[in-house]
Amino acid sequence: MSMIKKYLDLPNDSTSKTIFVATALCLLCSVIVSVAAVGLRPAQEANKLLDKRKNIIQIGGLSQPGKSVDELFEGIEARVVNLDTGEYADDMDAGTYDQRKAEKDPTLSDALSDDPASIKRREKFATVYLVKEGDVVKRVILPVRGYGLWSTLRGFVAIDGDANTIAGLGFYEHAETPGLGGEVDNPNWKAKWPGKLAFNESGDLSIEVIKGSVGSTTPNAEHKVDGLAGATLTSRGVSNLLQFWLGEQGFGPYLNNLRT
Amino acid sequence: MDAKLKKLVTDPLFDSNPISIQILGICSALAVTTSMNTALLMCVALTVVTALSSAAISAIREHVPTAIRIIVQMIIIASLVIITDQVLKAFAYDTSKQLSVFVGLIITNCIVMGRAEGFAMANPPKESFWDGVGNGFGYSIILMTLAAFREFFGSGSLFGIKIMPLINDGGWYIPNGMMLLPPSAFFLIGIFIWVQRSLQPKSVEKADFTIHESGHAGHGHAEAK
Repeated sequence: MSMIKKYLDLPNDSTSKTIFVATALCLLCSVIVSVAAVGLRPAQEANKLLDKRKNIIQIGGLSQPGKSVDELFEGIEARVVNLDTGEYADDMDAGTYDQRKAEKDPTLSDALSDDPASIKRREKFATVYLVKEGDVVKRVILPVRGYGLWSTLRGFVAIDGDANTIAGLGFYEHAETPGLGGEVDNPNWKAKWPGKLAFNESGDLSIEVIKGSVGSTTPNAEHKVDGLAGATLTSRGVSNLLQFWLGEQGFGPYLNNLRT
Repeated sequence: MDAKLKKLVTDPLFDSNPISIQILGICSALAVTTSMNTALLMCVALTVVTALSSAAISAIREHVPTAIRIIVQMIIIASLVIITDQVLKAFAYDTSKQLSVFVGLIITNCIVMGRAEGFAMANPPKESFWDGVGNGFGYSIILMTLAAFREFFGSGSLFGIKIMPLINDGGWYIPNGMMLLPPSAFFLIGIFIWVQRSLQPKSVEKADFTIHESGHAGHGHAEAK
């Protein structure tokens, strides 16, 4: 105590007081900040998890009024899929696998040469969410991402057990222009996705976002979704990221396995 | 609360408003005012940080070596901002996600630094605290008004509650897309400043120099930052 007082009594501009004030303040502030960060971490992690689950449930079209997110999530099974083979990677735990980290990890991802979604690297494993009825997979919810106009859009696409019918598409993270590209969040636009077919009769991936709107006379309307007015690049981005993630480089092999 | 403290809180609301008179803190005013919910959270965060940092800096002001005083202020402000950010992430997750980096950027908000250096370093903690609160409120008034205009005309709603049904949702209102983009905040702040200076001519600064007016040449008022 007397030592602290000795320092405080020094003239303000002396070197030792300057060093003393700087050190003491840094120590005090770092202790306060660390206490806050560590103390609040459980609440923050819980929020993040809840937010992700909420998105999965909404995009998967599984929301039911009166049921909490956690209740609804009990019916969903998370699995890790090897994207190259399309098989489940049973040795990996979906609870601990961090796909977002793996995107940048050179041991867990590959650089892309053919890269329509502009994501540069693709991870080898992806976490998928299964909605099962008994042993039958009724719906799969797959993570997708790709570049729009300003930002990487991150979201999920939900596909029915036939590995063809889209049950929903939505993004939980993007920074597109509000009111234009940001309309990817518009419920009316998202409502255009359920029922669309990803693949045509010959098995080719044909889902796309077109310019303008899909009418009754549009050929192959079942594979096409209205573009967003004033957001050509965001619409193209959505189209491209679906082409990539549902294609051979993405979940193509997995969807093949699901079909058989 | 005595008259002097009251004046510290009420003055920055209009007469010496940090945004419209001192022209500080414009950057965040552009970024977070597309919706009233995010703007409100930002206002609360900034007011708390300004008040507490001013009080803390004022409390140690007699022991701050002049050579490192700005760094000392920054450390205190930065710590408070990090704590605020952590608290928001824990208790207001959705809105804090929309605010993204802007909570962190309170560290560099000119209002906080301005009050610390301009007021807290020379006044006792109690006065500094209320001065911070007052300036936070002054910032909040402008931010909330901006957000009200931008959300109402840009999304047809206030606080997320639909007031004018949008044409995209089958209603009649064609939203003004510009209101959702940052430049609209510039125009609105410009209009506020203009209105306030017209109503209150004493807040117009004296020109630093005059331009010789020849014929119909424009106005030679230099804007002070």
